[in-house]
Amino acid sequence: MPSIANFVIYEEDLSRINACLSALQHKARSSAVLLIDTSGQLIASAGETDRLDTTPLASLAAGSIAAAGALAQLLGEQEFSFVFYDGERKRLHLSVIGRQAIILVLLDQNTAIPLVRLQVKKFSKEMERIFIDLAKRPEPAAGSGRSFSEAGIGKITEDDVENLFKKR
Amino acid sequence: MSFINYAAREINCKLVYYGPGLCGKTTNLQYIYKMVDPGTKGKLISLATETERTLFFDFLPLELGTVRGFKTRFHLYTVPGQIFYEASRKLILKGADGVVFVADSQIDRVEANIQSLADMNQHLKEQALDPEKIPLVVQYNKRDLPKVVPIDELQKALNPRNLPWFEGIAPEGKGVFETLKALAKLVLQELQRKT
Repeated sequence: MPSIANFVIYEEDLSRINACLSALQHKARSSAVLLIDTSGQLIASAGETDRLDTTPLASLAAGSIAAAGALAQLLGEQEFSFVFYDGERKRLHLSVIGRQAIILVLLDQNTAIPLVRLQVKKFSKEMERIFIDLAKRPEPAAGSGRSFSEAGIGKITEDDVENLFKKR
Repeated sequence: MSFINYAAREINCKLVYYGPGLCGKTTNLQYIYKMVDPGTKGKLISLATETERTLFFDFLPLELGTVRGFKTRFHLYTVPGQIFYEASRKLILKGADGVVFVADSQIDRVEANIQSLADMNQHLKEQALDPEKIPLVVQYNKRDLPKVVPIDELQKALNPRNLPWFEGIAPEGKGVFETLKALAKLVLQELQRKT
């Protein structure tokens, strides 16, 4: 999978990603699905996420996957393909797409795990295709594409940063 | 890895506090957590040992407001400072947009600071981040303690490029927000330059 460093997504990208996540959530019979970048930031989610604190969930999931990857290397494995947490009521299935993103699937005790693994595998491929398309998109050239400033931000000034810290 | 979501008009940045054991990285985050408005912060998550030493990382998400209409989130992380947690430190640096190097100003911690800085530069490279280019701010913490190294000596040893630096007394908040603000500014400028 291509690198998604300095990841930028637009409306149409998010629609494709959301559609893919919703389908996975439905087919895996999961209550929620999160797409997270491997540095710990939430990219998108589907399902019942209102009662979830998704920001620390994303951060801790990335930490867990990073630790699993490092453990795998210590044991001479290239990677562990997924991490699974099994609680009394909730279960978590974490897996890496390519080397850049993580899919978190939140489950209950009634979910059939083989079904989840099958669906995650299937939708991971679809998600990889989306990321490949994103990476193929030409970089916005200054003054031509949808650059940061042309999207309405303009130049970030000292005052902008000062204002961020004023209201703390 | 900064993440710009044009659909939701959000900017997300990852900032990492790095430094030797007991230099005050977690104390910086705790002070920020204590002082910011409840509406602008998430939970402070500390993966720590029973003796409150950082085991894996601390994490504090901050949503301080908007920059030019974009909701701006900073995700603050600390690394575990103790020498034997090297593998964990490397993992936390993944995708960092900016780093605060927190130095311990005490005379007997000079070697630990130098070693930690070298370790940081090495791990940044391993994460495909250029130590010469990544936004970096230095905080000389513990300035209130009796046996501290003069600032000019610390500068020579730890900050020869004269990057932005601040004196800190983290439990009292001295230098804490100044450091964060300086890094936020560098990171946003870098983000603008890249996009």
